[in-house]
Amino acid sequence: MSERASVLEVKHLSAHFETEQGIVRAVDDVSFSVKEGETVCVVGESGCGKSVTAMSVMGLVQTDVKGDLFFKGKNLAELSRGDLRRVRGNDLAMIFQEPMSSLNPVLTIGEQIMEPLLVHHPYSKKQARHKAIELIELVGIGRAEQIFKSYPHQLSGGMLQRIMIAIALSCDPDMLIADEPTTALDVTIQAQVLDLLRTLQEERNMSMLLITHDLGVVAEVADFVVVMYAGKVIETGTVHDIFASPKHPYTKGLLYAKPVLGNRTKKLYTIPGQVPNLVDLTPSCYFHERCEHAMDICREKMPTLKLEDRQHVACWLYEKEVKG
Amino acid sequence: MENIPQIPRQMEPKVEVEGSKSSLWGQVWRRFIKRKMAVVGFLFLTMIFVFSFIGPFFSPYTTMGTNPINAHQPPSSAHWLGTDHLGRDVLTRLMLAGRISLTVGLGAMVLSVSIGGILGILAGYYRGIVDQIVMRIADVLMTLPGLPLLFIMAAIMSEWRVPAEHRMYIVMIMLSLIGWPGLARLIRSQVLSLREREFMLATDALGLRDRRKLLNHLLPNVVPILIVTATLSVGGAILSESVLSYFGLGVVPPTASWGNMINAANSLIDFTNRPWLWIPPGVAIFVTVICINLLGDGLRDAIDPNMKGR
Ligand SMILES: Nc1ncnc2c1ncn2[C@@H]1O[C@H](COP(=O)(O)OP(=O)(O)OP(=O)(O)O)[C@@H](O)[C@H]1O
Ligand code: SF4
Ligand SMILES: [Mg+2]
Repeated sequence: MSERASVLEVKHLSAHFETEQGIVRAVDDVSFSVKEGETVCVVGESGCGKSVTAMSVMGLVQTDVKGDLFFKGKNLAELSRGDLRRVRGNDLAMIFQEPMSSLNPVLTIGEQIMEPLLVHHPYSKKQARHKAIELIELVGIGRAEQIFKSYPHQLSGGMLQRIMIAIALSCDPDMLIADEPTTALDVTIQAQVLDLLRTLQEERNMSMLLITHDLGVVAEVADFVVVMYAGKVIETGTVHDIFASPKHPYTKGLLYAKPVLGNRTKKLYTIPGQVPNLVDLTPSCYFHERCEHAMDICREKMPTLKLEDRQHVACWLYEKEVKG
Repeated sequence: MENIPQIPRQMEPKVEVEGSKSSLWGQVWRRFIKRKMAVVGFLFLTMIFVFSFIGPFFSPYTTMGTNPINAHQPPSSAHWLGTDHLGRDVLTRLMLAGRISLTVGLGAMVLSVSIGGILGILAGYYRGIVDQIVMRIADVLMTLPGLPLLFIMAAIMSEWRVPAEHRMYIVMIMLSLIGWPGLARLIRSQVLSLREREFMLATDALGLRDRRKLLNHLLPNVVPILIVTATLSVGGAILSESVLSYFGLGVVPPTASWGNMINAANSLIDFTNRPWLWIPPGVAIFVTVICINLLGDGLRDAIDPNMKGR
């Protein structure tokens, strides 16, 4: 498993926004890689920079993005505009958080599924139409002919998210980035959409970068987990290791905050405190205000990702010299 | 959250597909025909068009030849609306003038919608320097008062001795020149907000070319507002043309337009003693402009029920 080639490599990715309050470090020095056929989940609380990470990989962020992005060994920054266009939508596809607003309200579903086919492949209108109908059936919606002709507002959120998946898969991408694809859906539909994504991914040996804040989703689909906090990666590891032995206090908190059936405590555990404001962060562990193990060094120096057992973790608790 | 029992929801999500590809415009049409005033406006306009463009073929008179013996006849069974100072049939002239006035109005609208629409979309989508240039020109044109500007341009046109039969085209161009900035502004602001919408971001993620993004994704979203503004602008163009022609600065005789026909009211004798010369074109302008406004308002409500009062 470790010998598989990396499809996407993210190295020292940073995306900073200049705002009136100051510089927002939405993504700060984030590195990870996604291997062939593997599903990597990025987890973290709201506002920790998950979406900005995904958008930066797709090149959709309207700000200076630093760091290197390698897709199938090619540096995305070095591609020409035309080559980048051929990569996006064709080899590298993305599903957005809100299915309702990600589809053009005045175009039919059919037109929108056919579009990438017509753009990236020498399909005729008729072939594209045929393929589009196939795709609608593939994502598990019946009456494809009818759906083909309908407008986004005539479908439910779950169906729209399936349509988004159909659009993303239309050109057989090598990699799919899904930004909280199920957050806007209700629970039963969530499970269906996740199942669908997982089956399609396995069938096509596609790599997937799945962004979520739902650990249930992670447990179900991930091979590898990247935990983010305030724009930084604080722990990475295989799904098994992360769930079996979380190292970082934040990861532990996240897992603890997840309710377990048949084990109702009086109050659900929540990690105390708030995500810090991303504007005025001083060098420190950004989690120190909420961490019960916080030490002096945590307030003064930023811990870096270090290998601990089989996970990488950024926490002073695991630094030998501090412990000793 | 999984231990919280969920209210069972409908498993198979709702689909109420109302049929065909045309269902968006079908809805618009259904909402439109519910608006009585708009429908009345639309019917009247159709009649005015038929009257102007087809009517002359049924008229026994031409306005080419003059017939001084027949001049200044009051309305009669032969000449329903009387004759003018050259003995031409006023009804026939009214129809032919309608052709000119409506054509000028529509032509000016098409021109200003094309210019304003294209520039507005480009400015809103590309922003930066394109936006700066387009909007500064639009600002300058919008700060200059419209009518005096038209008068100046018309005066220049007279100075250049543009032949009478070409003047209507020049008038169209002049009207579109002062008409496009407002439209460009409106479209630009629409595009500025549309381009930030998630579905436009999604077109980036799909690797589409700019041309495709603009034509396939942005344009269809601004078409409704474009249609409404375009309709309403025809009324304004017809009015401006009438004013210019009334002052002898727009379409000039022998080509008839509703505006230059009213010019007859300039002389006191014609005004008091021969109302058949100026009342019909006046009524024609009035009714046409009102109907266009009714139609435009109805379309606006029908196209987007939430756009009311915007
Ligand atoms: N264009 C922008 N300008 C300024 N700040 C931004 C911009 N986009 C994102 N941010 C900031 O970056 C941070 C991370 O945002 P992001 O959308 O990535 O969060 P997220 O992890 O996806 O949260 P959620 O789970 O709610 O989707 C937020 O604090 C947000 O305020
Ligand atoms: S570095 Fe310190 S504050 Fe941060 S998580 Fe580890 S122990 Fe807690
Ligand atoms: Mg997000």
